[in-house]
Amino acid sequence: MSDVTLVDMNCGNIASVEFALGRLGVSHQRTQSADGILAAKKLILPGVGTASFAMEQLHRLDLVVALRNATQPLMGICLGMQLLYEFSEEGDVECLGLLKGRVERINGSQELPVPHMGWSTLDLLQSGAAVLSGIADNDFAYFVHSFACPVTPETSAGVDYGRPCGAIVSAGNVYGCQFHPERSSAVGAQVLKNFMSLPC
Amino acid sequence: MLARRIIPCLDVRDGKVVKGVQFRDHEIVGDIIECALRYRDEGADELVLYDITASPENRSVDISWVRNVARVIDIPFSVAGGIRTSEQARAILDNGADKISVNSPALEQPDFIDELVSIFGSQCIVVGVDSLEEDGQYYVHQYTGKSDAMVRTRRLMVDWIIEAQQRGAGEIVLNCMNQDGVRKGYDTNQLSLARSKLTIPLIASGGAGAVLHFKDVFEQADVSGALAASVFHKNVINIQDLKQELASCGLPMRR
Repeated sequence: MSDVTLVDMNCGNIASVEFALGRLGVSHQRTQSADGILAAKKLILPGVGTASFAMEQLHRLDLVVALRNATQPLMGICLGMQLLYEFSEEGDVECLGLLKGRVERINGSQELPVPHMGWSTLDLLQSGAAVLSGIADNDFAYFVHSFACPVTPETSAGVDYGRPCGAIVSAGNVYGCQFHPERSSAVGAQVLKNFMSLPC
Repeated sequence: MLARRIIPCLDVRDGKVVKGVQFRDHEIVGDIIECALRYRDEGADELVLYDITASPENRSVDISWVRNVARVIDIPFSVAGGIRTSEQARAILDNGADKISVNSPALEQPDFIDELVSIFGSQCIVVGVDSLEEDGQYYVHQYTGKSDAMVRTRRLMVDWIIEAQQRGAGEIVLNCMNQDGVRKGYDTNQLSLARSKLTIPLIASGGAGAVLHFKDVFEQADVSGALAASVFHKNVINIQDLKQELASCGLPMRR
């Protein structure tokens, strides 16, 4: 059994997360089945693309219930984090509902180009959260998104882009990372390390 | 706080990084992985890997080096060159590239932008635009990777970037060819014009020769990122020193 199982939603860029785990010496496997989710030690839900397409994939593969019932540490990355919330404006789609809140569009303008693309500073909101170990206020992480997670009491770190947006979330066994840890240099590697250090 | 991005471009031909002046007379700079790692270590915020002869030779990018770069690099990178089907785009993204950039094929068939965006999302679709000033107008050029294949289109730069944005592109890289490879500075007039038409990020390309050029393009054209090749390949500018100097001018830079 691998250290972590990646849920494969046919939704791009799973390879770069695997490469990042490989650089950390973490063993990993992919699954597209509910049994694979049930058997996993830890779960990562990576994804780029659109929320509506990703939810369609999760329904088609019959993974929605398995993810909702997962008790292992589960981390959603980028789009995967957005799917953890109740609803996304991207395609007006009901998501997994593991976290309270809605994912909303960032309104672009000439002053505020959208997608929010590039390296932005993190605002740490929960000192002492295990997922933030070794991460400092104002550390930079690489973001690419046009829709934003809310800032709620469960938000561990935020990012300011026109308004405060969720960057890292932790609630029970559920974790999320809006930026790309696999592309966020040492800061991203630290977040993945922190997740992999959590007790199963 | 969003940092401005410094983006080295690695022009790739036959698996090697090359650099020419105004897209001609390419010379070999080095190995792709070595160059990518060197720039990562110097503090590059992102890399562009551009297979310069793929489009004129009517083929797509070689996937093996995409995968090798994705395996070792922990900063984002985009891949450009001859991507003309969604299957080719998928292969590049599935092998670890963060973004793909399309140029000539999008000019041939603008619907291709919509198709890519509908499948992969705006955030990973970049439209590259090669623009050359002639008779006081900025014309889009096509097949610029090979001088004997290059053609001027009837499209004006401004019309084309607006159309690309409307079709869902997530970012524009505007290469101002009058400036390319000659290190006289970015075309801040043209880039300011482009910037005023866009609500998606704009990356400046063509003309970087000194630290001051980067400062000017960020301050005067308000671009999200600045792309350069020869000044980095030939060690004219060290990326770490560049970012420190720009930060000391008050520009937001990733440490």
